[in-house]
Amino acid sequence: MFRFIVRRLLQLVPALFGLSVLLFIWLHKLPGGPESAILGERATPEMRAAIRENLGLDEPILVQYGRFMRRLIRLDLGTSISTKREVTTEFLERFPGTVELALTAMLIAVALGIPLGYLAARRRGRFLDHVSVAGSLVGVCVPVFFLAYVLKAIFAEHLHLFPSSGRQDPTINATRVTNFFVLDGLLTREWDAAADALWHLVLPGLALASIPLAVIVRITRASVLEVLGEDYIRTAEAKGLTERVVRNRHVLRNAMLPVSTTIGLLTGGLLSGAVLTETVFAFSGIGAFVADSISHRDYPVLMGFIMIIAVIFVLVNLIVDISYSLIDPRVRVR
Amino acid sequence: MSMTERARRKAEKLDRLGELAAARDDERGVSLWQEAFRRLRRNPAAIVGAVILGIFLVVAVLGPFFVPYGPTDTIGIREGLVKSGQGIIPGPSADHWLGFDHQGRDEFSRLVVGARQTLLVGVVSTLIGLAVGAVIGGVAGAAAGLGGRWGRWVDGILMRVIDMMLALPSLLLAVSIAALLGAGLDTVMIAVGLVSVPVFARLLRGSMIAQSSSDYVLAAISLGVRRSKVALSHVLPNSLAPVIVQATLTLATAIIEAAALSFLGLGNPDTAVPEWGVMLADAQPYLGIRPALAIYPAVAIIVTALGFTLLGEAMREALDPKLRK
Repeated sequence: MFRFIVRRLLQLVPALFGLSVLLFIWLHKLPGGPESAILGERATPEMRAAIRENLGLDEPILVQYGRFMRRLIRLDLGTSISTKREVTTEFLERFPGTVELALTAMLIAVALGIPLGYLAARRRGRFLDHVSVAGSLVGVCVPVFFLAYVLKAIFAEHLHLFPSSGRQDPTINATRVTNFFVLDGLLTREWDAAADALWHLVLPGLALASIPLAVIVRITRASVLEVLGEDYIRTAEAKGLTERVVRNRHVLRNAMLPVSTTIGLLTGGLLSGAVLTETVFAFSGIGAFVADSISHRDYPVLMGFIMIIAVIFVLVNLIVDISYSLIDPRVRVR
Repeated sequence: MSMTERARRKAEKLDRLGELAAARDDERGVSLWQEAFRRLRRNPAAIVGAVILGIFLVVAVLGPFFVPYGPTDTIGIREGLVKSGQGIIPGPSADHWLGFDHQGRDEFSRLVVGARQTLLVGVVSTLIGLAVGAVIGGVAGAAAGLGGRWGRWVDGILMRVIDMMLALPSLLLAVSIAALLGAGLDTVMIAVGLVSVPVFARLLRGSMIAQSSSDYVLAAISLGVRRSKVALSHVLPNSLAPVIVQATLTLATAIIEAAALSFLGLGNPDTAVPEWGVMLADAQPYLGIRPALAIYPAVAIIVTALGFTLLGEAMREALDPKLRK
């Protein structure tokens, strides 16, 4: 197992190297060159010249790339043009919010999607099956930000069931420990703060969960249907195992392989979706920050976002691969 | 055994023979596509999808010639009916079926003309993804399926590149491209198109590798047909089915992604040209006054995307050999 993880980690090196090359090229192809990534678009020629000197932009390209790599490894992403603060600091502050939101969404999608997909497959061709198939088809066709607005209009502004924006009610003077607001509330035993933060997560979480939910229902259904047709299921049923044992140990365990791969692939989309939902709900995570940076042409922030997302995506897929080998021991051998 | 019994048996046998002969006459080699189409026609989801797309196409192609008002004509403001600043945006009336937008333009006309733009964005971006993805996937698939050791090497490199593209979330790719090219319609189309490249590439590659081990490929190679010819005129045409299905499904996501980019301000800055995503994004500040302005384009997007999805899924089912009886 340990060797498997080490090998997978080593395989990440070329991928991350390739990514850094792409980022480097991207930075150099920006309108105005990399200096505009530091100065913004309203820089005077003198400032540009100074920065070019400072960055060594007149040196050979390989030397420049070496310097770029050193900065990346030290996690030095430069300063945000709009907030004038270190990009790394900005991200660290906002990151917990997005993680909370993404986890909520994934939890909703998995907790609803897998049972629904399983039941749909078991009751193939019946009412529940038709409803979940139709629902998942429509689900992927609704733009996430539109769904977010609809949820906000109905449940926050009309029915006043949930808060319409933010991560926590500012009147609750919560203590900050980790910046994961729910976790903070639990750690400091400020239960009302934790509950309020959780309450703020419901609507954006639901909006963000829509596409993963639809996809998970469909993949689970297809995968369970395939497994149900296998001989070993008939054997398991024929030898008199209870339905629960057949479901948990035979059907779901085998059907979960494609589902877990899909969950890994969905994380990228989840982070894209976070940019949209966080904007609608004025939820201060990296998504809303990045949406702002897009309109401000805040290149250092965008570059940092690209890098962080790529690293997260790669890591999540590593976790998926590991979970793969936990679900199915046969994978480990290869 | 009586005579009559024997005669009856003989007659039965002849009938069977006749049936068999007729059956052989019937089966004049139904091709994969013909059979798939036959099954498609029996699938209600496919019919609903096709009808939606038919209407969408007619509206997109012919609609702009028949709209009652120009899509950029600020008639509502000219006639003093629309005062967005004071929150006055009239709804549907006999003259203006869906009312006005915030700039006093006829919403119905914009929606109809917008269909064409939306179709354009969807088709062009899907074609970009299809073209680039098919080249990469085709080369990789041919190299891996028919080539020798260096073929696998080429395939390995191409697939690493594709894996890296898969790792980048679509929106991010779009944002990076928009940073290079500036916001605009071409940015949206290139960004949305490039996002689907890895999907097409992987599909075509997988399908070509699967075909490469078929008997007809072996036969062609042993007859001495050049490998490049085998790849292009034997393997490739037989591998296209899943790619075409994917293109239909990608059209749906392309339309939705384009809307998301417009929402983030990366879409067409020229608001004179109506596009559903831009209309939806433009309606956000007026949600409190007239939510319908967001609902019309949103419903249009959802229904169109649903049409593509239904047809695509039905096509996938129809072409899936596992579902064939």
